[in-house]
Order: sequence, then structure tokens, then C-alpha cells
Amino acid sequence: MFLETMLLTFKVALHTTCILFIIGIPIAFWLSTTKSKFKPIFETIISMPLVLPPSVIGFYLLIFLGPSSFTGSFFEDWFDMRLVFSYEGIIIGSTIFSFPFMVHPIQSGLQSLPKSLTEASYTLGKSKLQTLFYIQLPNIRASLLVGVVLTFAHTVGEFGVVLMIGGNIPGVTRLASIAIYDEVEALNYDLANQYALTLFVICFIILLVVYMMNRKFSGVLK
Amino acid sequence: MIEIDIQKSFKNKNEQINFHFKTTIENNSINAIFGQSGSGKTTFLRLLSGLETPDIGYIKVNDKIWFDSKKKINLVPQKRDVGFVFQDYALFPNMSVIKNLRFAQQEKNENFLQELLEIVDLKELQNKFPNALSGGEKQRVALIRAVARRPKLFLLDEAFSALDYSMRQQLQDSIDKIHKSFKMTTLFISHDISEVYRLSSHIKIVKNGKIVKEGTPDILFDNSKISGKFKFSAKILKIKKADIVYIITLLIGNNLTKVVATKEEVNKLNTGDTILVATKAFNPIIII
Repeated sequence: MFLETMLLTFKVALHTTCILFIIGIPIAFWLSTTKSKFKPIFETIISMPLVLPPSVIGFYLLIFLGPSSFTGSFFEDWFDMRLVFSYEGIIIGSTIFSFPFMVHPIQSGLQSLPKSLTEASYTLGKSKLQTLFYIQLPNIRASLLVGVVLTFAHTVGEFGVVLMIGGNIPGVTRLASIAIYDEVEALNYDLANQYALTLFVICFIILLVVYMMNRKFSGVLK
Repeated sequence: MIEIDIQKSFKNKNEQINFHFKTTIENNSINAIFGQSGSGKTTFLRLLSGLETPDIGYIKVNDKIWFDSKKKINLVPQKRDVGFVFQDYALFPNMSVIKNLRFAQQEKNENFLQELLEIVDLKELQNKFPNALSGGEKQRVALIRAVARRPKLFLLDEAFSALDYSMRQQLQDSIDKIHKSFKMTTLFISHDISEVYRLSSHIKIVKNGKIVKEGTPDILFDNSKISGKFKFSAKILKIKKADIVYIITLLIGNNLTKVVATKEEVNKLNTGDTILVATKAFNPIIII
């Protein structure tokens, strides 16, 4: 039971991180280069999860993805997939909720690179895509790492959104943070402590590794 | 031949700045762009390279149109075939020297890269990363990286400004050698008269966003009467009165020298001015 919950927690974090890494880079790239007047609106939308109570996001996701909503019924009719109280549901919820944690570091990394690097690449005949993959991304490895780790750690620590949209189904949507709450409610302090301590130690190790690697990266690129 | 007639305006705080560059550049020539900071020299190079877009006008390079506002043609920098040397070098930190050069080439030609490294004397450093190089070394890498794809137009944005005297000499040598070997049409920005004299065959003087004068480097001094055999550009360091004449201390290259001047001459001069000192070379003493 304990192991199952922990594994599920990290599986959700891993999937969320992978999804966000793939969609976060193009969005961060667009935000770092666009001169569109709508940029502040997009930036606000992406940053909303930072300030909104998780239960608010969870609540609206529940409304929009529920079986009686258009999206929910569409997915149920066509893909036989239920988007609430399911694994897919918590992946959607965590992806939305962790969006700024992936996009912000990458965006600021791209913006802090000297403009002359990309311009030099363009004058050397390289396309925007080549420049992104060979010049920009390799030179912001530290920011990419921060984005990945913050997203991962933040998803592991998620509580409100997952509870709202996923509920508390053991082995399906019951993540470690919810399990802690559950065990405390049931006065199982030992088990709660087991979950809590494990999360604490793992998060500590992840962050420690990041800061150590970051020091190495910034040494190379100075 | 490159024909240019482009305009661009900027809004800088409350000031409206209008640039209008109209000139021609001969093929294979080496041109100095001379002018004070803020006069628009860098913008001129950026407009040529496509990193910035003019509001109106045209750029024609040997009958190929790079930009034409009427025909709505605007080639991206990638398609313009320029080599651009940036003021801050812009070497890619994630690649070694040789990888920086390989990245710049469209068709792989390792021999050519080795030849370039030889010209700027950097063969031993080719596997080093940019952060392990000195300023002068970085600048030389930037120089040959821009040459590596054999561009038609070679643009240098204040490539010398951050370097000390001996490094500048070295870099000037490199530019000279590169131009002699590959004969690319070259435009370089400079504040330094000796540099302009040494390297360029043509000069364009930029003031307030316009090319106000162009020709051979001699036009810098607008003084066709001078027929002296020795001519040096010099910077006035000190003007001191001595009896009925004045002694002017000059910096020529990195040598100090003193000349006499009359009161009338001194009236027109200030310390910090750059002047041309000339003398007829009837009886120079040559010490070997």
C-alpha cells in the first residue's frame, strides 16, 4: 500500500514533467521572443497557478472535465476515457498546475542569454530551430534543469488540485500528499510519518543534486 | 558593387532619431566606418546584415536585391551571406574553438578551417573552450568564424574597442591578412585614425545617422595642401606655453613626442583633439 502510493506519486510527477518539458520549451521560446501585445495576457494565464488556490483550479477542472460537461462527455464517448477521478485527470490537473514552474525558468534563461549569440547564429546561416537546439538550449542547461526539478518536486507535493479532480482512490489517484492527510485523519500517525519523512528526504536529495549540478554548469559557461 | 539607400527612424526616449544611409561600396574593398558613438555606425551594419529592418529604401548587392521596401523584399540574415563580427565576440560557450568554426561552415572543409587558424595563430588553442581564451584570442576566433563560410560581405562591429594596443596591432594584422587572402568586401567600424589609415582603402564618416563624407582616408583631414612625406595622426595630451611659443605633447601610436606651435595654431586646439602632424622628410635621421 505504502509502496504503491509512493510509486504512483513519482509516476505522476514523471509524466507531468515530461509533458511539460515538451510543451514548455516552445511556449517559453515564443514568450521570450514575441513582441505581441497579447504577451502580458498569456504570461498572466501561465502564472495564475502560482497565486490561485489549488482548489479553485481543481474546482473548475472538475466542472469542465466532468462527465456531464462537453469536454468530459466528448472524451468519454470517443475515447472511452474518463477525465475526472482517474489517472488521466490528475495528469491534466498537475500539468496545468505546474505550468509556470517549467515555463518561467526556461523563459528567463532564454531571455538572459546575450542577444548576440542568437544573432551570430542567424548570420552564420542557421535557422531559428537549429539555433534553438544547438545554441540556445545547450547554453541554458542550468535553467532547463531548474525547470525540470521544480516541476517534478512541485507535482510530488501537489495536494489541492489532485484531491479535487482525482479524489482519493487507492492505487489510482491516491498520491502521497493525500495519503498523509488521510492517515492523520484516521489517527495513523506512524504511517503518516512514514510518508512525510520519505517525501522530505527525497525532495531534499533532489534539490541538493540540482544545486550541485548547477554549480558545475555555471562554472563551465562563465 | 553594393548600392545602399535606406532609412530608419527610432524613438529614443523623447527624441526622434532618423537614420538615412545612402552610399555605394565597391567589391573587394575594405571600408572604415568612422564616427562618434551614437552616430549610427552599428545600426548601419545591423541594417546591412538583416538583423534590423529599414523602414524604407533598398539594398542591392551585385544586382541581387537584399532589401527593397517597394517590392516588399527583405532577405533574412540567414540568406544574406554576411560574416558579422560582434563587439562582444558572441562565441558559443558550449562549443570548443574548432566546433565554433565547424558550426559556421555550410560545407565541411577542415583544411580551410586549419588554414584560418594558422592565419590568426590559434592552431594550438583549437580544442579550448571560449571561456579559457583571452580577449584578443576570442576576438580572433570571432573573426575567422565569420570568415569560415566565405561570406560576400564581411562586417566588423567595433571589433577592436575592448583590446589593448598590442592586441589591436595583432588583430589588425589578422584582418589585413584575411582580406589579402580572401578579398571579401569588408566594412569595419573604428574610432581610431591609425587603424583607419592602416587597413582601409575607403572611409565613410557617419554623423547623426547620415554618411556625411566618403572617400580615401585622407578626407579625414580635409587638407589637400599637405604634401609631407611623414604623416601621423596624433592625440594632443598637453599644451604648454614656453616663452613665445607653445609646446604640444602628442601621442602617436604609443609613442610620446613634442612639437612647437604658434599662439594662433594653439588657439584652435584642445587637449584630447586628434590632429595630423606632417613633416617633409628632407633629412630624417635613421637609427637601426
